Amino acid sequence: MNDTNHHIISYTKLTSVWLTLLALTGLTIWVSGLDLGVNRVWGALAIASLKSGLVIAFFMHMKYEDKLLRWLLFVALLTLAIFIGFTFFDVLYR
Amino acid sequence: MSEQLHRDKSGATLGMWLFLLTELILFGGLFLLYAVYLARYPHEFASGGKELNVVFGAVNTVVLLTSSLLAAMAVTAVQRGAPRTSIRLLLGTIGCALIFLGIKYVEWNEKFGHDIYPSSQRLIKGPQGESVFFSLYFLTTGLHGLHVLIGATLLGFVAVRVQQGRVDSNNNSWLENGALYWHLVDLIWIFIFPLYYLIL
Amino acid sequence: MNPQKLPQSSFWNDTGKTGITSWIFSTDHKRIGLLYFYSVLGFFLIAVCLGLLLRIELMAPGRTIMGPQTYNALFTVHGVIMVFLFIIPGFPGAFGNLIMPIQIGARDVAFPRLNLFSWWLYMLGAVIIITALFTGSGPPDTGWTFYVPFSTRTGTNVSLAVFGVFIIGFSSILTGLNFVTTIHRLRAEGMTWTRLPLFVWSLYATAWVQILATPILGITLALVIAERMLGTGLFDAARGGDPIMYQHLFWIYSHPAVYIMILPAMGVISEIIPVFSRKPVFGYKMIAFSSVAIAAAGSLVWGHHMFTSGMSDTAVLVFSFLTFVVAIPSAIKVFNWVSTLYKGSISLEAPMLFALSFLLLFSIGGLTGLILGAAATDIHVHDTQFVVGHFHYVIFGGSGFAFFGAMHYWLPKFYGRRYKEKPALIAWSMMFVGFNITYFCMMVLGMKGMPRRYYDYLPEFAPLNLASTLGSWLLALGLILLLVNLFRGLLRGEPFSGNPWGGATLEWSVATPPPTENFEEEPVVTHGPYDFKSTGIP
Repeated sequence: MNDTNHHIISYTKLTSVWLTLLALTGLTIWVSGLDLGVNRVWGALAIASLKSGLVIAFFMHMKYEDKLLRWLLFVALLTLAIFIGFTFFDVLYR
Repeated sequence: MSEQLHRDKSGATLGMWLFLLTELILFGGLFLLYAVYLARYPHEFASGGKELNVVFGAVNTVVLLTSSLLAAMAVTAVQRGAPRTSIRLLLGTIGCALIFLGIKYVEWNEKFGHDIYPSSQRLIKGPQGESVFFSLYFLTTGLHGLHVLIGATLLGFVAVRVQQGRVDSNNNSWLENGALYWHLVDLIWIFIFPLYYLIL
Repeated sequence: MNPQKLPQSSFWNDTGKTGITSWIFSTDHKRIGLLYFYSVLGFFLIAVCLGLLLRIELMAPGRTIMGPQTYNALFTVHGVIMVFLFIIPGFPGAFGNLIMPIQIGARDVAFPRLNLFSWWLYMLGAVIIITALFTGSGPPDTGWTFYVPFSTRTGTNVSLAVFGVFIIGFSSILTGLNFVTTIHRLRAEGMTWTRLPLFVWSLYATAWVQILATPILGITLALVIAERMLGTGLFDAARGGDPIMYQHLFWIYSHPAVYIMILPAMGVISEIIPVFSRKPVFGYKMIAFSSVAIAAAGSLVWGHHMFTSGMSDTAVLVFSFLTFVVAIPSAIKVFNWVSTLYKGSISLEAPMLFALSFLLLFSIGGLTGLILGAAATDIHVHDTQFVVGHFHYVIFGGSGFAFFGAMHYWLPKFYGRRYKEKPALIAWSMMFVGFNITYFCMMVLGMKGMPRRYYDYLPEFAPLNLASTLGSWLLALGLILLLVNLFRGLLRGEPFSGNPWGGATLEWSVATPPPTENFEEEPVVTHGPYDFKSTGIP
């Protein structure tokens, strides 16, 4: 890791990310009104993931960080996914 | 001794991220329960979700996203050598946090008024899934609210450090890490909002 | 400790501060390591006494010295203290702090003040747990697993004890993230990932388990408190909750937690065996890799604690299969240690004896683990004394013996004085024999059908129970001899200096005892951790 790579993100960029986030919030409310059945859950989760991706990449500077941090985040999310997923071996087949 | 150790900015960032991962997994346990009980009680979750006030949820989402923007801008301000702007932005973030908690208070109060709270008569007598849904709702938003409170306090503390000149463009780990914590609070809400207020 | 008699200035005296506050507010990793060491040792001894009382109760059928409620409380407290106050914080907190920064060539950990804060949190949690025993309506009687629905209904002081464990968990997380950051950021020049001592590798894998699994324990315990205080009903079947979900959440943490207990012990063994065989460790990369593999695979197998819980058969099948996968990296380690011994020039000194007995006892513990991991046989021995025997073989025979080995291997380095060899050997042999009598009898009893956590049993179980209790006394006597000899030696024994065992890791290249910032100047590492030629000792 390099100590000097801390990137300064401009106000304009941050604001446009914020506007996108607001738009996505509107989108998720709109989608939830549609009659998509179970897909509504996945749709809402997909939009939420996209939003959190934006927050992580720009607000949290992940886009400009070392690869190591991305790996760590990936490992943690994978672990959580496994914890939830493996529980369903029980819940789905009981 | 520790005080003489050179400042390791990347180390501080790494340590903070590791801490954030533990927070994610802490909430992950609640999301795990949510997933399991959603699979078991889809109808009760749907009717429970309809009782939550989407307007409150949506306004709070906007408030938190805005607070996150202000926190991110506060970091940029300090990096550009404008501590006064940074303090104003941080105070804005804390203001948003207070608005969020205020709305949350009104929302919970309304639920209490309808006899909806853990082990209330209505939930004990009602369908089983409904009690599970509202217990999870109160626990998750309660834990999140606690994090809002902690985050706001932390940012207030950071603002004081900026005011004292102990945070500047070269040495801003305190501010960056405080902002990271705040973004995490926002991040978790991004999932809470659709899962509880919108789905089904 | 008498600082005047030390051979030279060291971390004991070189800051010019020696009072109690220079310890409990110190940010020096060695002082914090010793704080942890004496704290965990104290709690270990308390829990040993409780264990001996439990064995005395089981010496004969019927009531021997205590009633059932006292027995329930004692086995709960024995488990809670051993697990949460001794063995989980034990290795990372004590030996991790003492050794790891020196082994990677650092002056301290990445966040020294956070390190001190972890110890304070640990002590706070410990005080809360101890308070829970003497206040409210009696000590918790749920077993260390706090299973619902009993833990949400019992009138005993569960909430406070659970809150104490929650705090301990937070302390464990902070130690974990401190160590990961330290190992990533503070390695000396030349200390590449493939030159890391295996103890550091094992701590690295452990730290990841601490970071990724402990938060689940946190939320689970918080939910138990919420169930008790607010009546959330999430685990209450009458209100639509699912008690089995508690078991899932609990074991999602608590199975990986056994790797927090055993992985650093394996790291200790990987240090001791090459040094006392005078031979580079066999299969360095595989041992390092298998630490990470155990940590990863160990996070996938929590369901094997729940085969009889009413979980789905699919889940039983999946978790049973995955449990066997964990055996692979564990076996890789054992085979590599044995291969290291092969044609080595073995010297049977105290640390080595503990390491060798680790090999045997851990293998027995691991293989009996497969009996429990296979669903068919587990249903027969589930919740019997067999389980108790099995995990004491792994955690006491494995981690515990490695802890004693580490005490004999590393503590002289920090005191500049050493213990006498012969009493150490006698102590070891008493403990080894006593240990096997105590816990092997339990496994046989379990096979015959004696359940765990019962204070009474059928008359046909009497002879083996008596033998087990007698074994526990031999074990305890050996432990007393070990501690007396060790601490007598550390305070008043022969001087210990230089590198008497010829270790090639960095802690043997610094002064004995080490100075406050460990190294006179930042070391540059030019050789691997088991390159014994580099030490110049034949």
